[in-house]
Amino acid sequence: MSKTIITVVGKDAVGIIAKVCTYLADNQVNVEDISQTIVQGYFNMMMIVDTSRSSKPYAEMVTELDDLGDAIGVRIRCQREDIFTKMHRI
Amino acid sequence: MINILEVNETNKMIEQERLDVRTITLGISLLDCCDADLDALNRNIYEKITRLARDLVSTGREIEIEYGIPIVNKRISVTPIALVGGRACRSPEDFVEVAKTLDRAARDTGVNFLGGYSAIVSKGMTPTEEALIRSIPAALASTERVCSSVNIGSTKTGINMDAVKLMGEIVRETAEATKEHNSIGCTKLVVLCNAPDDNPFMAGAFHGVSEADAVINVGVSGPGVIKHALEGARGENFEVLCETVKKTAFKVTRAGQLVAQEASERLGIPFGIVDLSLAPTPSVGDSVAGILEEMGLESAGAPGTTAALALLTDQVKKGGIMASSFVGGLSGAFIPVSEDQGMIDAVNRGALTIEKLEAMTCVCSVGLDMIAIPGNTPASTISGIIADEAAIGMINQKTTAVRLIPVIGKDVGETVEFGGLLGHAPIQQINRFGCADFINRGGRIPAPIHSFKN
Repeated sequence: MSKTIITVVGKDAVGIIAKVCTYLADNQVNVEDISQTIVQGYFNMMMIVDTSRSSKPYAEMVTELDDLGDAIGVRIRCQREDIFTKMHRI
Repeated sequence: MINILEVNETNKMIEQERLDVRTITLGISLLDCCDADLDALNRNIYEKITRLARDLVSTGREIEIEYGIPIVNKRISVTPIALVGGRACRSPEDFVEVAKTLDRAARDTGVNFLGGYSAIVSKGMTPTEEALIRSIPAALASTERVCSSVNIGSTKTGINMDAVKLMGEIVRETAEATKEHNSIGCTKLVVLCNAPDDNPFMAGAFHGVSEADAVINVGVSGPGVIKHALEGARGENFEVLCETVKKTAFKVTRAGQLVAQEASERLGIPFGIVDLSLAPTPSVGDSVAGILEEMGLESAGAPGTTAALALLTDQVKKGGIMASSFVGGLSGAFIPVSEDQGMIDAVNRGALTIEKLEAMTCVCSVGLDMIAIPGNTPASTISGIIADEAAIGMINQKTTAVRLIPVIGKDVGETVEFGGLLGHAPIQQINRFGCADFINRGGRIPAPIHSFKN
């Protein structure tokens, strides 16, 4: 199964990574890579994760991460990696 | 490995520049539904469509969620009904019953449009094809989601002028039959020349006889993405302009190809084609006219518009061809008036006339599309416009089409609201000189010569 890209964008605050990672750990999602920057106080993170061991239906995870983002004041998107690789790699 | 900048670029296209997949269209052959009994035919059609398309909408929704890209429409196209209903339908009223079955199947599968209430009469009309055509006004007035198209000419056959004459009358009758709703029936009726068998876009979609039993075709979009990319190329020369369109079209099409392959795999139905079309919507920032203006035109319709549209259409194809394994359908740029806020603005400021739109159709992907005209326009004048458009398609070996809405009770200076993706439109002035004696001649215009091109 292809990898998943999780992006987190929003105003920087304490514990954003911790909260996202806790959710992923609770759902058996393995984080393979994280890159993160802060530009003018805005937090911008991308994670490459493997969801193959998670029993959670994909759509449910997308919704729950979206809700988690709302709760901590950031935008969290969870998308299959193919949409990016198809667009940016020949 | 993919990096954060690329991820952000894609998500910005989706969130801010309205990148979407415009339609997943499931083409279904109904040839095996034929029966001499009308009730049996209707049962067969309903059963086959609802069986094959049962999971279409839910699968489309799943793909949307997992990839984070909107798929605006899920639709169905079927074999031209004039062929399917040939044995069972003995009158226009019989065909209307089939239209109602199609409408019920569309509603029950959750798709917003079903295309293929069609006849291919490029050279001649059989009695059943004529009966279907004559049933169109009643069929479109008594259904909600059924789309109808009639192919009246091709480069190989010439133009069937008897059908052109009839279609002028049918467009008018359809307008009359739906006059309580701004003649909305005409927004679901298109008259084509050189219609492709695998077009996923409405209202002209049908599942041609050259196609397999069922097939997934996808139409991409993305005028907003192209416009935004061109904002970064202001003042640059045409080489840079063209390269920018081409590279952006590649990216847009790759998203469409991915969705097409996923839908095909999940539904267990073969992938047909990706249609590389820039399809605008009435939303601000999703306009083909906006792209033309970004290229340097004061308004769509200004001198230079045809050249700008020609390069846009060509570069979209060049970028898209490499991004997809199979390209088909209409592929180019759509220039509907009511569905493109930039085109509406151009008409309202007096920059864009129907004659300029006709010139633009020589280089766009289809034709005179979603143009509202005065309700008292004679049928022969509508036929004349259809004949002009078909001639452009026939001579230039391209698909052309006419989707005019004579809005009953309205005249130039008024506007008409269709709602949703169909948008709104100002009633446009058309040439008031008649062509009835030309249209009334009857017969055919012969196929054109394929040499001595000047």
